[in-house]
Amino acid sequence: MSRRDEPRSLLRQSARYLSREQAQELAQRVLGFATADETRVSIGSGAQGNTRFAVSQISTAGDNFNTTVTIRSVFGRRAGQSTTNALDDASLRRAVATAERLAKLSPEDPEYMPELGPQQYIEARGWSDTTAALEPTQRATAVRAITEPARAEGLVATGYLENNAGSFAVANHNGLFAWSRSTAVALTTTVRTPDGTGSGWAGAAHHDWSRIEPAPLGARAIEKAKLSMNPSAVEPGRYTVVLEPTAVGNLVQLINFALNARNADEGRSFFSKQGGGNKIGEKVVDERVTLVSDPHDPEAYANTFSGEGLPTSRTTWIENGVVRNLAYDRYWAQQKGVDPRPQVGSLRMSGGDTTIEEMIANTQRGILVTRFWYIRPVDPRTILFTGLTRDGTFLIENGRISRAVQNLRFNESPIFMLNNLEAMGRPVRVSASESGSAGFAVVVPPLKVRDFNFTSLSEAV
Amino acid sequence: MTSRRGFLQQTGAAAAAVAAATSLARTAGAQAVVAPLPDAAVKELLMEALNAANLAGASYADARIARQRQNFVFTREQQIQNVVDTDSIGCGVRVLVDGTWGFAATRHLTKDAVAGAAREAVAIAKANRIARDRAVVLVPTPPVPNASWKGAYRVDPFEVSIEDKADLLLKANAEALKVANVKYIFSGLFFVKEERSFASSEGSLITQDNVRTWPLMQITAVAPDFSDFQNRGNVVPPMGRGWEYVIDADLPGHAGQWGEEAAAKLSAKPVEVGKYDLVLHPSNMWLTIHESIGHPTELDRALGYEANYAGTSFIAPPEKMLGQLKYGPEFMDVQGDRSQEGALSTIGYDDEGVKPEDFLIVKNGIFNDYQTTREQAGWLEWWYTQEGREVRSHGCSYAQGWDNVQFQRMPNVSLLPGERDVSWDDMIADTENGIAIIGDGSFSIDQQRYNAQFGGQLFYEVRDGRIVGMLKDVAYQMRTPEFWNSMDMIGGASSYELGGAFNDGKGQPSQSNAVSHGCPPTRHRQINVINTGRQA
Repeated sequence: MSRRDEPRSLLRQSARYLSREQAQELAQRVLGFATADETRVSIGSGAQGNTRFAVSQISTAGDNFNTTVTIRSVFGRRAGQSTTNALDDASLRRAVATAERLAKLSPEDPEYMPELGPQQYIEARGWSDTTAALEPTQRATAVRAITEPARAEGLVATGYLENNAGSFAVANHNGLFAWSRSTAVALTTTVRTPDGTGSGWAGAAHHDWSRIEPAPLGARAIEKAKLSMNPSAVEPGRYTVVLEPTAVGNLVQLINFALNARNADEGRSFFSKQGGGNKIGEKVVDERVTLVSDPHDPEAYANTFSGEGLPTSRTTWIENGVVRNLAYDRYWAQQKGVDPRPQVGSLRMSGGDTTIEEMIANTQRGILVTRFWYIRPVDPRTILFTGLTRDGTFLIENGRISRAVQNLRFNESPIFMLNNLEAMGRPVRVSASESGSAGFAVVVPPLKVRDFNFTSLSEAV
Repeated sequence: MTSRRGFLQQTGAAAAAVAAATSLARTAGAQAVVAPLPDAAVKELLMEALNAANLAGASYADARIARQRQNFVFTREQQIQNVVDTDSIGCGVRVLVDGTWGFAATRHLTKDAVAGAAREAVAIAKANRIARDRAVVLVPTPPVPNASWKGAYRVDPFEVSIEDKADLLLKANAEALKVANVKYIFSGLFFVKEERSFASSEGSLITQDNVRTWPLMQITAVAPDFSDFQNRGNVVPPMGRGWEYVIDADLPGHAGQWGEEAAAKLSAKPVEVGKYDLVLHPSNMWLTIHESIGHPTELDRALGYEANYAGTSFIAPPEKMLGQLKYGPEFMDVQGDRSQEGALSTIGYDDEGVKPEDFLIVKNGIFNDYQTTREQAGWLEWWYTQEGREVRSHGCSYAQGWDNVQFQRMPNVSLLPGERDVSWDDMIADTENGIAIIGDGSFSIDQQRYNAQFGGQLFYEVRDGRIVGMLKDVAYQMRTPEFWNSMDMIGGASSYELGGAFNDGKGQPSQSNAVSHGCPPTRHRQINVINTGRQA
């Protein structure tokens, strides 16, 4: 390939996301067009590169980049919002006018909160030059590091590599300005046997591409594909399970979405207390479990400010099994006389020092789960979800993996699961999104859990 | 052609007749937040992109300039939570170079930028060449040199004032809040307007616009002692219609009844696990069709192209399934189409310029066809030849927006009504020991679409042909082939309704598609029902 033909990374060109100075200039330009009592401008900009492969070859790939400007205008207690991706003055003026028109037409908001003034932020750290510079040719090379070994083994590899690089800024008429930039990358692969009787998955996500190794990742999926061939049926029921970290992440992250103080106080959440109020101070899971979100977690960096410009900080949600904090938006915090506490874009669970091999060795009869799939809510009262195992499910007998088994549907809650802990391993960053996007950053350990509720069998491979 | 298919074609005919010219320029009206682009300018940009792709070495190229606007109003109880307008416009260019795809997109609508995206797409295709075996071949489609199409909407929701929208929602909320134990309401209106211009290097130039509308309401009843809460939601299906659909849906007129239903669930009897005859309302059944017929009959899934996310399909390999798999009873016909008026996937031309056709996915209970694009239809040439049918795409190509590459997405997939005019009430009257289910709830299905579990909104115990009370904590588990072969009653044409999904995910990066599913009520014998209630 000649030099001239080589695709230049869209992500590498500085114009593909806005620098602090560019975002500030754009925000000031928008604020200059505003006539409302209060105006907030949010600016997201960035590029995404992606490469898909299927049937052991690249199927589609593309790069795109975009900038969106969102304007929130308030007159009195009336608010409206508009979003555009056209950045010329005329278009921005029209977007401001739209937000202001919507605001004037809207009824008064009894839960209106005034815009914040200037805030102090810690610096966001989730940026990697390596991730930002990952070009289509490099992506294709990474893909080949998976597809070629799979092909050599007579297997079929399918997968996805996505890298994102962008910035996010919030500014308002009170002089608040927050800016951060971040990268994210995820690589996942599903390797199948040509006869369709075996399937293995492996995946990784990080802000730093250099932390992801395509060849070993592919090798894990290849190994699982071979081991999972010709699975046999087991009776559904309550099983001791050894959950690989991805499977734990699939379920533990669901708790994060329920950590909302208002829903709890209103009586419509697992965190609601019988008779009224919420479960802060109550023990809800095993005392070995601690759940923390920290924007400076080096394995799971997250943004250091919320969408309205509120600083985020290290937050302990559950400590030694006891609920310590729930998320409070500014309105509900004011109602309850507490400090607002925004959600943070990452989650880390405590761990232990038992390896997966030791967990298996200490299990008389159980099931090893690679990951879960199609996880959907069933009952918000208990954070009960249903879903299935996928791409590597094995029976453990007498301390050893004895054979591949068919996939199983569960109806289970991460809360019940974390009350039935037998052993915990070392926490690691996982790719826990079903779609293979970099998603919500989760750091979790492998777990051994008793009485996990499998309700039916699936012959899907 | 059966009378049942004729029934659906009648409803689709009106949509096809409303072929009004539209353009980005003329629809960028008073509420527009993007500078209007004249027709000629759009065409010029599309041609610039195609020309640049050609010069860079593409053997095929298509370019789409698309604008997507969203408007939503969300409320809770007696206040507005959010009023939002969004607007996104840009150009995506897809190319084939040496049988390999490349795609790039830009939000800058200048000649330089779209030409740059075209060259970038070509460069990406060349980079991908090292990792491809089999060259992509597109089946022929007639060029459409100058076509336009407009969706079924009568009143553009983007021309309706926010006051009218907020007023309607708050009235509905107030009605529901009158019911004892109803404490919380979420309601909203969600509108999407898409304007797409498409051009291909084969000479097509197509402009289309479409509106989707989704009235939302979720009502929460809380027990006085905080020991339980129950929701009633998913009350009105999304549709490819405009503001007139919101008026017809009459949220304020129905909210009281939905509130009563939420409150009644607090005292409903927990279901006993076991096997029951299920009478499924179209408002529940559409989602079961979506998951257990819609997805497994996507050809890319069946051949492994979606294995890493959406999964594969139990309907594979095609040569062992087409014309052989007994999906259900002989009276089961399932149609794929993009022509039913007001349905979400209905469109004049797909995102590679193909005029979609109606086709039978299941014919007389036997699996008959997959959903296809131009790349895929050729893979089934043996089947179409054997059947004496033309090898052509069914027109199922779709991209979420200008910045996503198009691929195979679901058309409207509908279970056609039975010949006899059987009603919902007739089915209940004929059922000895069963559960009647209304509305869609929890849903989950495995990656090959065998094992599924579905909930619902309202569950009624049926004994000796009568509804005797309300149940809760109900979910039915099924294995797809058994479930469909257990169907022993199907409703007639007058019981046929459209349900649908506003945001169906597929692909990596995941793209959202909107799709409708029509069906009559059905009855299924001896289906496994579990109780999902647990104590925390």
